[in-house]
Amino acid sequence: MYLVLEKRAERSHTIALVSPLVAIGLTIVTMSILFAIIGKNPVAALDAYFIAPLTDSYSLQEIAVKATPLVLIAIGLSLCYLANAWNIGAEGQFLIGAVAGSWIAVKTQGTDAGYWVLPAMLLLGAAAGALYGLIPAICKVRFGASEILTSLMLVYVADLFLDYLVRGPWRDPAGFNFPTTADFDPVATVPVLIEGSRLHLGAVIALVVVAAASVLLGRTIKGFEIRVVGAAPRAARFGGFNSNHLILLTFAISGGLAGLAGIIEVAGPVGHLQPGISPGYGFTAIIVAFLGRLNPIGILIAGLFLALTFIGGEQAQITMKIPLDVTKVFQGLLLFYVLACDSLILYRFRLIFPSRQVPRGTG
Amino acid sequence: MRKRTFLAAATALFLAGSIGSTAWAADKLKVGFIYLGPVGDLGWTYQHELARQALVKEFGDKIETTYLENVPEGPDAERAIEQLVRAGNKLIFTTSFGYMDPTLKVAKKYPNVHFEHCSGYKRDKNMATYSSRWYQGRFIQGQIAAKMSKDGVLGYIGSFPIPEVISGINATMLGAQTVNPNIKVKIIWANTWFDPGKEADAAKALLDQGADVIMQHTDSPAAMQIASERGKPAFGQDSEMIKFGPKVQLTSVMDTWAPYYISRVKAELDGTWKSEDTWGGLDTKMFQMAPYTNMPDDVKKMAEETQAAITGGKLQPFKCPVVDQDGKTVPCEGGDHLSDKQILSMNFYVKGVDDKMPGK
Amino acid sequence: MELAEAIILSVLAASTPLLIAATGELVAERSGVLNLGVEGMMIVGAACGFGAAWLSGSIFVGALCGIAAGTLMSLIFAIMALGLAVNQVASGLALTIFGIGLSGLIGAGFVGERITSAPHLYIPGLTDLPVIGRIVFGEDAFVYFSLALIVGVWFFLYRTRSGLILRACGDNHVSAHALGYPVLRIRLFAVMFGGACAGLAGAYLPLAYTPFFIPGMTAGRGWIALALTVFASWRPGRLVIGAYLFGAVTILQLHAQGAGIGIPSQFMSSLPYLATVIVLVALSRARTGGSTAPAALGTVFVPDR
Repeated sequence: MYLVLEKRAERSHTIALVSPLVAIGLTIVTMSILFAIIGKNPVAALDAYFIAPLTDSYSLQEIAVKATPLVLIAIGLSLCYLANAWNIGAEGQFLIGAVAGSWIAVKTQGTDAGYWVLPAMLLLGAAAGALYGLIPAICKVRFGASEILTSLMLVYVADLFLDYLVRGPWRDPAGFNFPTTADFDPVATVPVLIEGSRLHLGAVIALVVVAAASVLLGRTIKGFEIRVVGAAPRAARFGGFNSNHLILLTFAISGGLAGLAGIIEVAGPVGHLQPGISPGYGFTAIIVAFLGRLNPIGILIAGLFLALTFIGGEQAQITMKIPLDVTKVFQGLLLFYVLACDSLILYRFRLIFPSRQVPRGTG
Repeated sequence: MRKRTFLAAATALFLAGSIGSTAWAADKLKVGFIYLGPVGDLGWTYQHELARQALVKEFGDKIETTYLENVPEGPDAERAIEQLVRAGNKLIFTTSFGYMDPTLKVAKKYPNVHFEHCSGYKRDKNMATYSSRWYQGRFIQGQIAAKMSKDGVLGYIGSFPIPEVISGINATMLGAQTVNPNIKVKIIWANTWFDPGKEADAAKALLDQGADVIMQHTDSPAAMQIASERGKPAFGQDSEMIKFGPKVQLTSVMDTWAPYYISRVKAELDGTWKSEDTWGGLDTKMFQMAPYTNMPDDVKKMAEETQAAITGGKLQPFKCPVVDQDGKTVPCEGGDHLSDKQILSMNFYVKGVDDKMPGK
Repeated sequence: MELAEAIILSVLAASTPLLIAATGELVAERSGVLNLGVEGMMIVGAACGFGAAWLSGSIFVGALCGIAAGTLMSLIFAIMALGLAVNQVASGLALTIFGIGLSGLIGAGFVGERITSAPHLYIPGLTDLPVIGRIVFGEDAFVYFSLALIVGVWFFLYRTRSGLILRACGDNHVSAHALGYPVLRIRLFAVMFGGACAGLAGAYLPLAYTPFFIPGMTAGRGWIALALTVFASWRPGRLVIGAYLFGAVTILQLHAQGAGIGIPSQFMSSLPYLATVIVLVALSRARTGGSTAPAALGTVFVPDR
């Protein structure tokens, strides 16, 4: 007698709803044991991670700020992944978007340029991200070079390029030769929504993008094409869909959204261009995309949830003196459980008794 | 029924306990730290962490310290600092240059909290700055290196070309030139503060190209170990690294923040804290030289004399005239030596550095 | 000549961890499993390997523990990706986050400790030969092992029946299953082999390269290893070329800086990555026909019953 996994005839809607709860329950049990082992009160620790950040408006706003770039990037990535295009270089597209948008801010610094500056920065950031995203897509379509490799390698190149700019040509002349541009002018800054908070217009843009992606995937032919090419490439070929065309399109969209996220982050919470503007957003967003089941609404929830664990992790460090490494283990475990439980939406376990097993090779 | 009373009793106890502890905690001064790396990085963050531990030892129950480690210098920094404020910390040390603007933003928002920012140049009524004159130590190292080098070629691993690192290279060269006017230096920029493998590769490359003394401005002991394997003298960085090169470490410029941190916390406790700019050197023990080891007695004597002269203010590493690598004399803005501002924003190589300035 | 010898020695040392980790990943990917958790497995291998070597005083024990730790990490991945048919990309990334945290917890106990690094071979006479002596007869055991490993993997994949079956699983798991091969069990072994190699590659860093442990000391080498398998188009021979090429560009850019050629160092630092992209595009272009990736790479497999 042993346990096997088998595909359900159709996805289970009950499990789709229950699975995140089960995953969180399992994480809580595992982490409680771990906290007890390292001598921390599990109830207080879990409170710091999950409850405390949700109980004051400051933390809620910060969760939204942290989630904004993650959601923006993950929406774009989900389109790529649905179309079977493996963009793992969103981090680089994010950086290039930030660099390109900042160019306008740097060039108009101290001039009386009007309110066109910020919109122009956002557009240029998105366009540059899209172009940078197209490089691996073109290498793939034209030469058959794996987009996984090229998009990843281009992350390092973008990082060093940004580094070069802020240490050389774009360095703030009044900045004691430290590697940063001067602070952007007010017209080149993303406005905040609530005075005194960091919650900025980017959060609204992210919501709009989520809505647009829902419409694109659910209600348009292009969205249908993307899903078919990914799920059933053969059927798509018979249907006359051009998968190369879709690789280019999804890479451009996802690069564009990553670039947009990059310039929003720089013109918003950071306020100038400097090295280290991304604490790995492009990679974290990959997890957000899968955690959200490649579905726009799911990605929104997943982005907010992951942001919660970051902010909760800081609170746990402050109030409970729990090392950051424990937070990483906690995040890893949580992801394992969520992904594992989600698997039961499409599959189920069945007990097999050897005597009744179907002979191999005839399945 | 019994269960219920038990729960009620437990809740009451818990509440009493938490109220008690809050009241008790209110008497304590809460001191917060923002760290760039993990506390175990053996370099920059580790030295700040040692100083925090020294604070705990010094003040015991009078203070409570908290730190957030691995805080990236990007958009997360402002939140991390504000989280410390919201947790009741009244004195907050932000220990890396990149935290400058985030610290300033939070400082403006919370005028009753005091901030201490390490190695930046922006200040406010409630935001002080502090840093070390590491270049003084580098000058001594330059002299030692020139004495120890057989072929007159030094190997220097740079992290990023920021003024602190540039002034370190220049001070090293000026020190070395007092011993050997024809000394040469080879510079490799690792473009990272921290990647032990890459630092080791850079050290190997420098040695292979004929450098015979290794100095570094990156954080791990990797370069020291390579020098140790090859039996070539080297200098530690940030902390005492003799363990990683017992037969080759000459000395090390060690960050010793504890005296400063203790004085600032004491001021805060006494209610005398003021926003200041502290740029301490050998005289204030803001950094210290590790024991001079693995060198002949005459070299050791020279190093000790130079150290005494710098400590006593008799010797200025950047004494005018300072000539840049193109042969032009640098304007002398600080009387008989370069001004602090010139050193803090240093963006040129001195004469004798045969390398192109990055970004120029 | 001496400089060339020194450069080659540095290149071999810098390339070895990449080669070992990439070899393991190559086998896993050939069986159809994409494990993006190499960085996580490597750093846990580094922490456990160093800890064991420090406690036992033996590099060999350290290496074994690194292998064991990497294998255990890969088992977590196997449970997710094979047992529960979870998306492999997401599982691998989660494994990396988990591994970085776990290695920090494991390593906290011996940060700041040091060990004697792995000894280098010395054969009187041979090692003293000019130019090639130290390169051929003066390496540490990891370097020789990495070369033996890649030859072994090549032999296994192309000259044995088991290797053929493994490749079949990666190219078409449905057919392989229909022919009666236990696809999931084969993939399990391939993933575990990948984990063992990643653990060993991680352990190489604190045991032979820079003999101390610091959190995060793998510094992205796991990602490079992943990229190299793609770069090599999943062929062992090309993997050797790729790993040494990457190592060579990394080391040469440092030497170019030391020689003072005056090109921005950021540009020099980005050379290894740019070179990889350009060579890959050139290779892909020269190749006729479609991609050489295992056709079933990254797709989940649940046997029909």
